[in-house]
Amino acid sequence: MRREPTRLGPELFRPAPFDEAAAELTGYARYSYWRSTFRTFLKSPVSIFLLALIVVLVAASFAYPILSPTDPNKVELETSLWNAKPGAGHPFGTDGLGRDIWARTWHGTRTSMLLGIVIAVLDVGVGMIAGALWGYVRRLDRFMTELYNVLNNIPQTVFLILLTYIMRPGFWTIVTALCSTGWIGIARFVRNKVITIRDAEYNVASRCLGTPLHRMISRNVLPYLVSILIMEAALTIPYSIGSEVFLGFIGLGLPIETVSLGNLVNLGKNNFMLYPYQLAWPTLVLAAITVSFYIVGNRFADASDPRNHV
Amino acid sequence: MGSYILKRLGQSLFTVVIVVISVFMLLRLMPTTGYFTREDYVNLDETARTAYLRNLGVLDNPVVQFGRFMGGLAKGDLGRSISIYPRTPVTAVIAEKAPYSIYFGLVSIVLSMAVGLGLGVSMARHKDGFADGAGTVYVTIVRAIPSLIWLFLIQQWVSGVMGWPMVFYSDRPVSWILPLVSFSLSGIAWYAIWLRRFMVDEENRDYVKFATSKGLSKKRVMRSHVLRNALVPLVQYFPQQILLTIAGSLLIESIYSIPGMGGLLVNAIRQQDNPLVQALVLLYAVLGVLGVFLGDLLMVFVDPRIKLEGSSGKAA
Repeated sequence: MRREPTRLGPELFRPAPFDEAAAELTGYARYSYWRSTFRTFLKSPVSIFLLALIVVLVAASFAYPILSPTDPNKVELETSLWNAKPGAGHPFGTDGLGRDIWARTWHGTRTSMLLGIVIAVLDVGVGMIAGALWGYVRRLDRFMTELYNVLNNIPQTVFLILLTYIMRPGFWTIVTALCSTGWIGIARFVRNKVITIRDAEYNVASRCLGTPLHRMISRNVLPYLVSILIMEAALTIPYSIGSEVFLGFIGLGLPIETVSLGNLVNLGKNNFMLYPYQLAWPTLVLAAITVSFYIVGNRFADASDPRNHV
Repeated sequence: MGSYILKRLGQSLFTVVIVVISVFMLLRLMPTTGYFTREDYVNLDETARTAYLRNLGVLDNPVVQFGRFMGGLAKGDLGRSISIYPRTPVTAVIAEKAPYSIYFGLVSIVLSMAVGLGLGVSMARHKDGFADGAGTVYVTIVRAIPSLIWLFLIQQWVSGVMGWPMVFYSDRPVSWILPLVSFSLSGIAWYAIWLRRFMVDEENRDYVKFATSKGLSKKRVMRSHVLRNALVPLVQYFPQQILLTIAGSLLIESIYSIPGMGGLLVNAIRQQDNPLVQALVLLYAVLGVLGVFLGDLLMVFVDPRIKLEGSSGKAA
């Protein structure tokens, strides 16, 4: 008595409808890393407020120079217009040469933001690629560690002064000087992260299947680093803006005819005893930007950590 | 362990040599006009300028110059300052200035450890409570706002309110208070934020649950388990922090006119005082590299679970 073998066919199967409640129970089915990251990040009103503040300040600083005809470098010849108090014509007052501080603040914010963004993009871009290779290619480790030690011990001022001889002092000189040492810090951070995922099972499997190096890095490793890199970029911006203030203080900043927050702060500082508002207003805008970026960067880092996802 | 220490010392020496050679050669790329003050350059004629430069020895082949520098170094002679303290031996300049920076640096390390670690512990113990919130605001202000701004405001306002002098006098202890506080503020923030982070991480570990279920009080768990483990990653940085106090702080020392080491390197580079730059870079590189090395050893000493001899990836 041979039993007829059951033929497999669609009539034997009954498709299960998607049951959201059941999916919730397992907790895996609808988990998306990015959705959870953003949900955790946007849960806090402080984060939303600061993000909005950043958008408004950046938009204002880029829109103002286009919309307003006020020249931030226009010097008044009439001494009665010098050091004017904040008022109708000049919301933030004027400085020692009658230049409008309101206009200078927005022009300066634009310069400093551009500086911060350019440095962040370059640092993170180079740091990401170098760090991924450093962590992934074992033969590079000795060399890169040595390079890190050396760059860490060469004073940045040496680069900066040398660059001001080769290039003219200005925007790109500062960008080059800050980036020449900044990238390797990020590279090292990325490298430490890469080492922890380099030998995960899925990567061992990929290697055994003969995946080429560039694909291993671009598909298997880098996607895990995106959130770290966003955080690093967000924190590099306030750091770069702060560095520009410091460089202005030691006399190696942007040329004084360039309007930047660093130059404004350093000018305002000199007149602080007599005209405190000349320091106060640019400083408030500067602090609003750096503090917002700092907090947003840190909150995003917390939100991107899967341990904080519900 | 012995062979590991030797290997690390060898590597450290290699790093220092590379740093010193790089900076030495970078300095030789600067234009020779930088060796003159503006008046000197205008007043001297071409032959006098060349004679002066030849006398400084900067016209020789850089390799020859480097040989001379190493020869002097072997005899403990770092050369004489060119432009900042003309003809003063570099070692004498450092010997005169370093004590100020070291004194302020060491006292501020003690101060920031005492306050910062205390703040960190209370932030972690009352997570999401008042101490945590207030501490976070403090840390954010100190770390996010460029330090020049708050250092300057402290000097202007606090000295005015308290009636303290605005600059440093070596014979008036009351004028030491504000520089000391300024030196410590960022250190306090650093200790507080990292200790809090590491303690919160440790608190979620299984051994803490075990200790609690064993019936230990929260205070006891915090002190003898969580804190001890959370301090391990911080200990690594102590030696470097202590050794590099000699570098001082450019901002604080110039705001309060303290005759320390702070602005020396930047000024020396700007005025192309090669012997001074070389000596300082050598000093800072040796101390920096040595600090990292001692930090790794100290970590093994504090936490017997850590082994350095293993893979180079972990020790680095």
